[in-house]
This record gives sequence, C-alpha cells and structure tokens, in this order.
Amino acid sequence: MASSEEDGTVEEKENNNKKRTKSTLATAWLTFYNIAMTAGWLVLAMAMTRFYIQKGTHKGLYRSIARTLKFFQTFALVEVGHCAIGIVRTSVIVTGVQVCSRIFMVWFITNSIRQIQSEESVILFLVVWTMTEIIRYSYYTFKLLNHLPYFIKWARYNLFIVLYPVGVVGELLTIYAALPFVRRSGMYSMRLPNKYNVSFDYYYCLIIVMLSYIPLFPQLYFHMLRQRRRMLHGEVIVEKDD
Amino acid sequence: IFFLQVEVLDAKTREQPPGYVLKGKSLRDDEILQNLPVGTTATMYFKDLGPQLGWTMVFLAEYIGPLLSYLLFYFRIPYFYSNRYALSSSPHPVVTLACVCHTFHYTKRLIETIFVHRFSHGTMPLRTIVKNCAYYWGFSAWLAYYINHPLYTPPSYGELQVNYALILFVMCEMGNFSIHLTLNKLRGDGPKGRRFPMPNKNPFTWLFFFVSCPNYTYEVGAWVSFSIMTQCLPVAFYTLLGFIQMTIWAKGKHRAYIREFKDYPSLRVAIIPLIL
Repeated sequence: MASSEEDGTVEEKENNNKKRTKSTLATAWLTFYNIAMTAGWLVLAMAMTRFYIQKGTHKGLYRSIARTLKFFQTFALVEVGHCAIGIVRTSVIVTGVQVCSRIFMVWFITNSIRQIQSEESVILFLVVWTMTEIIRYSYYTFKLLNHLPYFIKWARYNLFIVLYPVGVVGELLTIYAALPFVRRSGMYSMRLPNKYNVSFDYYYCLIIVMLSYIPLFPQLYFHMLRQRRRMLHGEVIVEKDD
Repeated sequence: IFFLQVEVLDAKTREQPPGYVLKGKSLRDDEILQNLPVGTTATMYFKDLGPQLGWTMVFLAEYIGPLLSYLLFYFRIPYFYSNRYALSSSPHPVVTLACVCHTFHYTKRLIETIFVHRFSHGTMPLRTIVKNCAYYWGFSAWLAYYINHPLYTPPSYGELQVNYALILFVMCEMGNFSIHLTLNKLRGDGPKGRRFPMPNKNPFTWLFFFVSCPNYTYEVGAWVSFSIMTQCLPVAFYTLLGFIQMTIWAKGKHRAYIREFKDYPSLRVAIIPLIL
C-alpha cells in the first residue's frame, strides 16, 4: 500500500518536472532563436552598409545580400509554429499574415523579377525591415533574459510610427515597378482554354495585393498604436468585439 | 406570488462579486426567470448585439445571389464575356447540365429555408451577413464564369465522367434532403424529449450509423460530384473551403452530442465515416 502511494507521488513529481522542463526547453529555444535572428539581421545591416560605403551606389546591393535575406526571412516561418504550439502568446493568424507578406515580397517579387532589384524602393523597404527586425528580435531576447533596457522597449514601440508607413511605401513602389515586367513576361500566369478550366493572371493578382494594403495597413497600424499605449502608458483600451 | 429583484448591469463595465467567477452561456429566448437556478436576486447582463437580421432572411439573402448570378453567366449576358459571345449558348451539354444542377441545388436550399428548417437562435449580426453574402455571391460568380466561358473545356473522360458525377450528385442531394427532414422531425419534440438523431427506414439516413452530421457529408459529396462533372479547378477549390468549414461545424456538433448524451454511439465520427 505504502509503495503504491509513493509511486503516485513520484509520478506526480515527474509530471511537474516534465511541465517545468518543457517550458525551460521552450525558453531556451526561443532565446536561441531570437539571438540568432538578431545576429542575422545585424549581419544584413552591416553587409548593406559596407556595400554602400565601398561602392557608393545601391545598384547590385540587393544581389549581394539576397541569399542572407532569403535565409533569415524564410526562417521566420518558424514563428508561426511557435504561436501554433503555444510557446508564444500571439495569434497564429496575425503572425501568419505578417510572415507571409514578407515571404511574398522576398520570393515572389524581388527574387523572381530581376529587373526591379536595382530600384530605390527595394533599398527603402530593406532598410526599414532591417531596423525593425533588429529592434524586434533584440526586444524578445532581452525580455526572455528578464533584462529589458528601456531604450529597446522605447524603440520597439515608437520607431514603428515612422518605419511602418515608410516600409509600406517601399513595398508598394516595388510592386508597382514590377508590374510592366510581369505583364510582358506573363509569369506565374495561366490562360484559357485548359483542362482544368481555370485562369490566373499574376498581373491582376499583384494589383489586388496592392489594393489590399488599403484596408489591411490601417488595421495593423492602429493595432500597434493601441499596443503602444498599453505597453508604454499602461492604458487599458477596450476594443470593439463583434 | 414571489418577487424577483432584477439588477441590470452593462456587460462591459460589470463588476465581479469578490471570489466569484461568471460562467455560462447566454439565456435562450424561452427561458423563464422563475425557473433559473438563482436565488431571490438575479443579476442579468445585457449586451447590445448591434444590427441583426432573422435567420430566414439571412439564408434567403445568401442563396438568392448564387442562384441568379450563375444564370447571368449561363445566358452570357453582354459584357460578362467578350461581345461576340453575348447571349450565345455553349455547344457542350455538360454546361447546361451544370446549370440545371447548380440552380437545383440553390433552389432546394431556398425551399428548405422557407419550409423545413427551424432555427434555434433568433438572429445573426449584420456584419456577418455581409461577409457571408460576399463569400457565396463571389464564389458562385467566379465558378459560373469559368463553367460558362466560351473557351470552356469539357471533362477529359467525357460522357462517362459526367454521368457518374450526375448520379452521385442526385444521390447526395436526396441524402442531404432526407437528413434535413429527419433533423426537423427531431426538433418537433421540443426540449423535453432531447434525443440525438438516429437512422430510420430511409436508406439515406443510414449514414447516421457512421457520422454525426451526414447532412454535411452529403453536401460535400454534392460539391465533389459537381467538381468532377465540370472538371473545373475553381469548383474544387470552393469545395475544399466548404469542406474545411463544414468539418469545423461537424466536429463542434459531434463534441456537443458526446457531452450531452452518455449513450452516444462510439462508432460515429463527425463528418467522414471512420475517418474524420
């Protein structure tokens, strides 16, 4: 009798230990991930700065950092997984939309349409992304290490006010610049007639993507403004629920 | 006679009594205050749901769009396709058949909404209706565009493919209707005799041996057969979306059944027999 009771408590302790080790494992992984991403975007920032200082022009800058950019931006897909399994408390959909829009820009616009790689708008959004991501990932890193310097918090919740619209302008200008090349080459498109009775025009798809910024951008921007008020000033704002 | 003191508070700014957690769903329309499990003081929370529409009107609005828009494409109203095809008709019999099936499907849904279904909740918020209408109307227009297009390609396996798909379609429509009738009869008993649906003499209801929501199963089946009949990728995509949504609904219903009835048959799953 006594031994079975003991077994019961030993099992309980093991389960508690499992729960604690799981969250320690999660914290360890997240810390590693955020440090790695901060480092990656810092490398990108330095490579971009070095190129510009050495060459004095932005032509060819994209090509020089393309591989690193693709690697680190694509790796961010992992964040959607973090939300899905619950080790990060953010909505899967919000994170998913943000990461997907980045992946879309990198892989379906700048990577596949070579002619626009030397546009100024590309440098514009690259600079914005780099600054935003370095601040964001270092914010998470410090938070996980329980040692958050106020200026990182300040930077995260204030710089976006300027950086976010500027980034959007850069992205939109890039897509707009890509349009004539897409139309001429007919890339990623399918016409009738075909066996599956479907058609897809990448040109019009891009136009729809550009138009979708109109409803989506204000929503995300005001969401971040609300978060800012909450994090910096401790105000509780009641959001309209459906 | 005894009196109840009712305290009315706003749902958002309510104060919680110390050490007490508020739980529970909202009350049904037919609940009687005296029968609620509260003492002599009941606190009721009110919430403004915003503009609403009755369920019958909701479904009518959602289904009338697909019904009519498909016909506009079938008859090739001017400006929908390039002008030389205006008001022409397709040389393929499958296109006419698809129009008949699609029209039948939505007509059946409208008739069921008016004469068969009995709804539990009273209304639906206006924003949701706009969203749903956009979904139904938008997708049916998109499907209709391709099926009735002058450059439409008929199915690869020809008559064989179309006929088999048609048989499956008809069976699924009849099955779906049978299930709706069965569920309707169940509701007639009222809250006293709450039972879960069981198969009866109608062979279409035998799907109840395997799934909790055969109406959804048949609906998916009808759309799958329509995809095969038209061999149109947009239709298949629409079917997939509908399948995902209906699976979510079916799983919810299935879980609710299991929670409510202790003797719920263990062989049943939510929507796909033996699988999902």
